[in-house]
Amino acid sequence: MSGGVESRQARAGAALAAPALLLIGGFFVLPVAAAFLLSLTDFDIYAIADRDRLRVVGLDNYAALLRDRLFWTALANTTVFVALATPLSLALSLATALAVTAAAVRAASLFRTLFFLPVVTSLVAVAVVWRYLYHPRFGLLNYLIGLVGLSPQDWLGDARLALPALVVLAVWKNFGFNMVVFMAALQAIPATLYEAASVDGAGARTQFARITLPMLRPTLLFVAAMTLIGNFQLFAEPYVMTRGGPNDATLSIVLYMYEQGFRWWNLGYASAIAFVLFFLVLVASLLGAGLTRGKGAVQ
Amino acid sequence: MTRLRRAVHTLLAAALLAAAGCAPPNEQELRLWAMGREGELVQRLLPEFERAHPGVRVRVQQLPWSAAHEKLLTAFVGGSMPDVFQVGTTWIPELVALGALAPLDAHLNADDAADIFPGILEASRVDGRLWAMPWYVDTRLLFYRADLLRAAGWAEPPQDWDGWRLALQGVRAAAGPGRYALLLPLSEWQPPVILAFQRGAPLLRGADEWGDFQAPAFRQAFMFYLSFFRDGLAPTRAEGQLANLYQDFADGFFSALITGPWNLSEMAARLPAGLQDAWATAPMPGGSGGEPGLSIAGGASLAVHADSPHQAAAWQLVEYLAAPQRQLEFYRLSGDLPARRAAWTAGRLADDPRVAAFWRQLGYVRTPPRVPEWERIATAINRAAEAAVRGDATPEAALARLDSEVDAILAKRRWLLARQRAETGP
Amino acid sequence: MKRIALHLGLSVAAILTALPLWWMVAASFMPSGEANAFPPRLWPSRPTLDHYATLLARVQLGRAALNSLLIAGLATACAVAINAMAGYAFAKLRFPGRERVARLLVAALVIPGQVAMLPLFLLLKQLGLVNTYWGVVLPSMASIFGIFLVRQYVQALPDSLLDAARVDGASEWRIFRSLVLPWCRPILVTLGLFTFMGAWNDFLWPLVILSDSERYTLPVALANLVGEHVQDTELIMAGAVVTVLPVVALFLALQRFYLAGLSGGALKG
Repeated sequence: MSGGVESRQARAGAALAAPALLLIGGFFVLPVAAAFLLSLTDFDIYAIADRDRLRVVGLDNYAALLRDRLFWTALANTTVFVALATPLSLALSLATALAVTAAAVRAASLFRTLFFLPVVTSLVAVAVVWRYLYHPRFGLLNYLIGLVGLSPQDWLGDARLALPALVVLAVWKNFGFNMVVFMAALQAIPATLYEAASVDGAGARTQFARITLPMLRPTLLFVAAMTLIGNFQLFAEPYVMTRGGPNDATLSIVLYMYEQGFRWWNLGYASAIAFVLFFLVLVASLLGAGLTRGKGAVQ
Repeated sequence: MTRLRRAVHTLLAAALLAAAGCAPPNEQELRLWAMGREGELVQRLLPEFERAHPGVRVRVQQLPWSAAHEKLLTAFVGGSMPDVFQVGTTWIPELVALGALAPLDAHLNADDAADIFPGILEASRVDGRLWAMPWYVDTRLLFYRADLLRAAGWAEPPQDWDGWRLALQGVRAAAGPGRYALLLPLSEWQPPVILAFQRGAPLLRGADEWGDFQAPAFRQAFMFYLSFFRDGLAPTRAEGQLANLYQDFADGFFSALITGPWNLSEMAARLPAGLQDAWATAPMPGGSGGEPGLSIAGGASLAVHADSPHQAAAWQLVEYLAAPQRQLEFYRLSGDLPARRAAWTAGRLADDPRVAAFWRQLGYVRTPPRVPEWERIATAINRAAEAAVRGDATPEAALARLDSEVDAILAKRRWLLARQRAETGP
Repeated sequence: MKRIALHLGLSVAAILTALPLWWMVAASFMPSGEANAFPPRLWPSRPTLDHYATLLARVQLGRAALNSLLIAGLATACAVAINAMAGYAFAKLRFPGRERVARLLVAALVIPGQVAMLPLFLLLKQLGLVNTYWGVVLPSMASIFGIFLVRQYVQALPDSLLDAARVDGASEWRIFRSLVLPWCRPILVTLGLFTFMGAWNDFLWPLVILSDSERYTLPVALANLVGEHVQDTELIMAGAVVTVLPVVALFLALQRFYLAGLSGGALKG
């Protein structure tokens, strides 16, 4: 009797899960495995035309990557971007989450909506808008900083400023998302903790350090990990705004992969780049997971 | 299933079918890809073609030049290439290596071939066969503000580089601080390559198998190119930063630029009325004995996709567009210079002094190396130039890097050529 | 006093956040050339609909909007169905290998989507799906994130309800349709919104897979427009507005669901 019910459930479960699993298997897992195989060959546009022109080169692509100046540039740029954008986004989203949570209820709803608005917009559309905002002569940003006495900058044309300019755009676009997540976590902290602390004479800063931060830690690490992984995949901003320039100052790993893969059709080489990106993200996630687990154990 | 759901399903299916673009039977639909303004303007030539060829419809798709090469290759790999498409002449060797083009020798007779400018005809041929029909020719020369030059004391355009440098310095001095004289966009590879041609640098060595960018000829040309930036004659900003090229030209932000024939009509369209007589064209300096210096032989040809199911109709479209009358008509729309000399004489194009400069220049052009990897090499040259201009690398370091990058780009070509030699060897 | 300072600070931050979007809308109504004026204007001197007209007539952005709508609609309908089924299966139905597969899926979340992109293109070419709407939609119809979003929500559904239905003789499919789906409605709305917005805003994949300009979605068409008309600021801004407006409108209308689903789903990680 129970066997019948269970096997019926099992069949139903398999049937319901099958479409999704088949799609993921066929359109994700399979291509990823194929990408690894591709990265071991010199599959390029010549080979697409004539299979005869394909060579299996083992790890040569990866070795070539290590010698490739542009790859190291892309890696450095991406790392700098991640190192700047992630903490900035976390700080800004946490600060606004705290502020909005403390604000008057009706105003809070309006603020939350406004801060979240950039998140739902198309990245291409806002990248295009910001390209004009960053214009050295006619852009709104230079006008605004001129009002406080700073001299106009060539944001997208100066190799030192282009990547920070993209960081600002990325943070503006996404901080609302993290803010909402933080707000939910803040609301989950029992008010009684704060009441007890006030009774004990703890000030706002102490309450923040001793109650808020520790309670937020899991969320903080989760949001940090998600933001980090997303930032590693930097592509649309440099593609639309600077095409990797000026002078490869905004060339990111995914943009370089796109150039090699979809512009020149060096599929073998591009797949190697993709796998290096995967490896980097994996390392970052494992480090993050290690941190979470360690702290969790202490708690 | 309820009737409502069935209706919805039918609607969805119909929408999807419509979206998939089913054409009615007995009608051939040709897909034509054209770039930039040509893409917009060529559509005006098509109604007459469709009238003359009932049963053939032409659907035009316009691609921006910046994405065109990419899109053609993507379409090739994805199996969605159009029937007829415009190709830059530097892309032809690559497309031939891929087997994407249908040969057109059978369609070109000797008389017509003799009428075409030799530069573009050669560029459309690979291994002796014709792979695309020349459509319009392109070269680059100087467009300049004659009024500003005159104000600086030059009533006639200078004849050589020394003269031009003095003239540009004079104009820049008169324009004041924060302004420049010559626009050399950092996103273009043509200016340094033109200067290299003028010094006789071959760019590649061997059977076009290795980079040759550290040779003295190229190095001198490169330093000469950099000197314009060093001396403050050229602004160090990539094209993406300029809000409006034409606005800046009209303002006198710069007074000269090296560009091509499409700007003949663009200038006329976009410059304010008061400045319509203020600008002129002049052939490239750098030649000896009053002759123009060398410039790039470029242009676009029309190609037929090798796997198109409408070969005959596709050829008819190419033949129609490439005919001298149509080239002349197209010139009147776009300013693109016809590839057939008959069109020049019929329309008396060289009567216009601005166009006459192009006529002269077309006698002194050279094609870039005809390798399938040219587009990548051009991008690498661009990178090296930009790095040197911005001071991120010394010129020597930039050229050394360029050589090793180009050597890596050509690695597969070397392997293929070696294999070919081994097969056809003893 | 501190409350006023807080609200003031928030207001400044909100204005700065909204400023780029405001300028985008304002510039789209400005007469040609005014968006490049210095000092920059935040309000058109003579509002005009010329650029929107140009978008429809000359550039055919209307077609791209329809494509985006069709693709996003298709993606949403299919994705909600498929992910809901799988999410329920992973939550409540024990099938062989369930836990192992679930762990593998979580691990797969780490893999960046771009790794699969190049072979995926070749695969779709073999299937004849290059340059088709299905080619755009299929690869992202099943989403690991979506499955887990539903799974987590469904886990709160009391097992007793399901068991009671089974005892009454209902088939598994009937249980799913009549019991689980209605219960899941809030999370399905959230998932639908996520999917719709993601599909509407998607850029890299449609850029690569669609070669016919008649099939372009709005982000791709907009990027194309910038390539051709970078000089016409106002026209580009109008294009950006058209690309952004529908999703913003949808968000404003349904933000309760979206934000609730986000905070509830994301917290559990």
